[in-house]
Amino acid sequence: MAAAMPLALLVLLLLGPGGWCLAEPPRDSLREELVITPLPSGDVAATFQFRTRWDSELQREGVSHYRLFPKALGQLISKYSLRELHLSFTQGFWRTRYWGPPFLQAPSVWINLGRSSVMSSQGSSAPLSTSSTPPTQSLPLPPSNPWVWPMTLTTTFCAMLCCRGRWSAPKTSPPGRSSCPVVPRASLISFHLLQAGLSVLLKADRLFHTSYHSQAVHIRPVCRNARCTSISWELRQTLSVVFDAFITGQGKKDWSLFRMFSRTLTEPCPLASESRVYVDITTYNQDNETLEVHPPPTTTYQDVILGTRKTYAIYDLLDTAMINNSRNLNIQLKWKRPPENEAPPVPFLHAQRYVSGYGLQKGELSTLLYNTHPYRAFPVLLLDTVPWYLRLYVHTLTITSKGKENKPSYIHYQPAQDRLQPHLLEMLIQLPANSVTKVSIQFERALLKWTEYTPDPNHGFYVSPSVLSALVPSMVAAKPVDWEESPLFNSLFPVSDGSNYFVRLYTEPLLVNLPTPDFSMPYNVICLTCTVVAVCYGSFYNLLTRTFHIEEPRTGGLAKRLANLIRRARGVPPL
Amino acid sequence: MAAAGAAATHLEVARGKRAALFFAAVAIVLGLPLWWKTTETYRASLPYSQISGLNALQLRLMVPVTVVFTRESVPLDDQEKLPFTVVHEREIPLKYKMKIKCRFQKAYRRALDHEEEALSSGSVQEAMLDEPQEQAEGSLTVYVISEHSSLLPQDMMSYIGPKRTAVVRGIMHREAFNIIGRRIVQVAQAMSLTEDVLAAALADHLPEDKWSAEKRRPLKSSLGYEITFSLLNPDPKSHDVYWDIEGAVRRYVQPFLNALGAAGNFSVDSQILYYAMLGVNPRFDSASSSYYLDMHSLPHVINPVESRLGSSAASLYPVLNFLLYVPELAHSPLYIQDKDGAPVATNAFHSPRWGGIMVYNVDSKTYNASVLPVRVEVDMVRVMEVFLAQLRLLFGIAQPQLPPKCLLSGPTSEGLMTWELDRLLWARSVENLATATTTLTSLAQLLGKISNIVIKDDVASEVYKAVAAVQKSAEELASGHLASAFVASQEAVTSSELAFFDPSLLHLLYFPDDQKFAIYIPLFLPMAVPILLSLVKIFLETRKSWRKPEKTD
Repeated sequence: MAAAMPLALLVLLLLGPGGWCLAEPPRDSLREELVITPLPSGDVAATFQFRTRWDSELQREGVSHYRLFPKALGQLISKYSLRELHLSFTQGFWRTRYWGPPFLQAPSVWINLGRSSVMSSQGSSAPLSTSSTPPTQSLPLPPSNPWVWPMTLTTTFCAMLCCRGRWSAPKTSPPGRSSCPVVPRASLISFHLLQAGLSVLLKADRLFHTSYHSQAVHIRPVCRNARCTSISWELRQTLSVVFDAFITGQGKKDWSLFRMFSRTLTEPCPLASESRVYVDITTYNQDNETLEVHPPPTTTYQDVILGTRKTYAIYDLLDTAMINNSRNLNIQLKWKRPPENEAPPVPFLHAQRYVSGYGLQKGELSTLLYNTHPYRAFPVLLLDTVPWYLRLYVHTLTITSKGKENKPSYIHYQPAQDRLQPHLLEMLIQLPANSVTKVSIQFERALLKWTEYTPDPNHGFYVSPSVLSALVPSMVAAKPVDWEESPLFNSLFPVSDGSNYFVRLYTEPLLVNLPTPDFSMPYNVICLTCTVVAVCYGSFYNLLTRTFHIEEPRTGGLAKRLANLIRRARGVPPL
Repeated sequence: MAAAGAAATHLEVARGKRAALFFAAVAIVLGLPLWWKTTETYRASLPYSQISGLNALQLRLMVPVTVVFTRESVPLDDQEKLPFTVVHEREIPLKYKMKIKCRFQKAYRRALDHEEEALSSGSVQEAMLDEPQEQAEGSLTVYVISEHSSLLPQDMMSYIGPKRTAVVRGIMHREAFNIIGRRIVQVAQAMSLTEDVLAAALADHLPEDKWSAEKRRPLKSSLGYEITFSLLNPDPKSHDVYWDIEGAVRRYVQPFLNALGAAGNFSVDSQILYYAMLGVNPRFDSASSSYYLDMHSLPHVINPVESRLGSSAASLYPVLNFLLYVPELAHSPLYIQDKDGAPVATNAFHSPRWGGIMVYNVDSKTYNASVLPVRVEVDMVRVMEVFLAQLRLLFGIAQPQLPPKCLLSGPTSEGLMTWELDRLLWARSVENLATATTTLTSLAQLLGKISNIVIKDDVASEVYKAVAAVQKSAEELASGHLASAFVASQEAVTSSELAFFDPSLLHLLYFPDDQKFAIYIPLFLPMAVPILLSLVKIFLETRKSWRKPEKTD
């Protein structure tokens, strides 16, 4: 038997790999992609995406054999019957106003476990037939024990997560979608990646010296075919960094892979079915001789991305000629003429958020929503999760645009419960064309128990950012995206129709100071009270227990004695 | 005037004395209980005496053995005495605080007709197959056949079947029962409890000796286990490795685990890890143009790999890792050397309580024809043979010590004999009982020693549950009900660990004494000192005034 097996193996191998691949199509595939976008401000944004697609229904089949899909994440999905998982760790803030809309923005830490409907893999949002959606009755969300989640995620991602209170579920998204109310800050160390292909560029000391750094994991089900009869699971690991090219490049806006990452690309990842680098070479001026990329790209890709027409140079690492020419690939971009300081195209939707008010009792949360579209109004869904220790007064909620009151067409408010769940405020607001809309609400700061303060309470408490979701009208009509063929950065959100595109923005997280007690106060109070009590008690006790004698007046006082001393010295008889 | 003044002073002194006494009385009657009550920690009562009693527990492990005599196995007049029961008790000498006694309760009876018929068939394997019996866990049946029966080969005295049965050759002798009884005990010991099995089970609780490393190989007893098979492919550029792990698990691992199902819950999963390197550079041997891993470098292999294996998100059960390592092209073929420098036949090794690693070399012929990456189809039969053997070792299913001239039945399709499972359950029950007892004892010690630990009611109830479960398990063991004893012992471990690791025990633990004094002193010192001083003074004066009248008498 043992002798027969290698023989059989040899025979099978002689059949050739081609035959095998036909017989057994790979059930999981990996695509990797790097998009480099020179930003209007002179910075360079690099977005890595690693997408693992697994044609297996994690929740139905009780799958336990993993290949490219990480086992820990897959187990998480199947054990807790998750429908989606989004987890991101970000340092810095994406400045939408100056950098333009991001492909996928993420707040500092955001965990989102969802049961939203399956993303259609086709551009046109084909609604799912009910038979193909997995059963929803047995989903254990939100978890009964709020600690279980952060704990399992912590062990998987090597990160410190601290989640207070219950998970909350916005109304507009399908039931069961929940997100972690407060995860103030976290640090992340590990990333499940391979050590070849594009990931050779990931060198920690360069990546963390950037003005913006965001790592995220998105797991969601996608349709396997056009009719969506079965689903696959998609894991996207993304990393976006923004390099301050202006400073590192001695005042020039030129950049190269080596200068940014201190590495160059040497080989494609043998496991990836697609491994590409996209460089944004869109010129906003009409004459197209402003910049030059080296080596010259073999192909370019043109599409409407986030409402604007963009041109990308494509470098395919699987194209053997690409690497073989020079053993490594160091993409460089040189500006032929320094780009004039033309006003960067302002995105149609951006937002800003701040806390106002003075003192430690009351304050006001204000969100400014900008619609810079010259003639079209569009609705925005605004979602706010405010921790319970800011007590919101909903009657003070005012929404004004262009000096007039703006009535939201839909409001859902779920009041907070102390120490259990945060406030949840969700509104659908129509933004008039070319306007600024101000949403403000007043709050009162609550007093926490003294054990509930963080170790550095004077730092303040984080309030998670507002989430804006909108279908922004597009200037140029986009054609529907073919899910599997188009680049990854274009397939995050399906374009429902060509005239607008979906944007999700996060505002700045806020830092709010709560009235902070003096933590040595209890001890001081105890000491002071005890001293006062002791002093009072002591004199009282003395008064009650001491006996008083009437003492005979002694003959002479100090003066008399002194006088006698002097008299003795003089030889005069004493008094 | 002076007399009036003295009388007034006397009155004043008496009043002062009364006031001081009143202060002291209020402080003692009202203050002390109030302070005591408000600073008290809640401590539910615990069965301390029962817990200390557990340490002196005598474990009697009863193995019910049914001995069935066929017609011509023993002299006729001996057969007349049937049925009757003999108990063979033996203390197992272990350096452990619990006394463990092993009782074989042999119930002798005559064979029934259908048994006679079955045992008259040609070979012993067939006879055993015919036995349609459902026996309780832990019990054994021994058939005594006639001295000249052709059921066993001529030179064999006994046979151990795959289930809970054995066959022993009888004898025509005056002392037949004694001789056969001894043989039966030998066979029964091999099938159930020996000193070795118990020593391995209690390895953690016994003092260290030179054998302990060997005995500590099996995984600790737990409610469940996770088995993870990982394929490490450090060089995906040259090797495109495929393994049919799903089929292999279904064919080889799952039947074994199903048979083992009584011992715990099992979950099996697998993963492929790319670019996962061993932490050791293998040595090149130019004579055979191959690479070698020395035995002493093997411990360093595991750590760098382990960080890639990933923690299990789904459960908290202990994980057994089985790694199949396909060495990179630059380091192949790779062999593992034993102490003497000879390559290990299986090219695998295991690490106690962790798992096993097997190196799978790609056949060098495959490189010749094709371009890189070479497609490698893993021979799962070869791999699973090694992994299953390691799995048996890691679960503590060792080869039995057979009595002389004993025939062992061939391996079953599951790879596990029923009596091997029973033996594992005996060992695990004893181990669980020892663990639970140790946990409860140290919890009781800890709570007794540190008086400001809060003991909540639920912790106390877990402790009571654990004690009851230990006692129940011991009783069930003594009456020979293995299955329920094992379940009770698992309950005991679970409850005792729940109690021991309850987070509420830690709440007030870090309230150091110096902080307490810092709070108490500002209040107590100024109040207590005057009271104490005046009490001393009053006491001295009273003694003086008591003595005075004595003197005048």
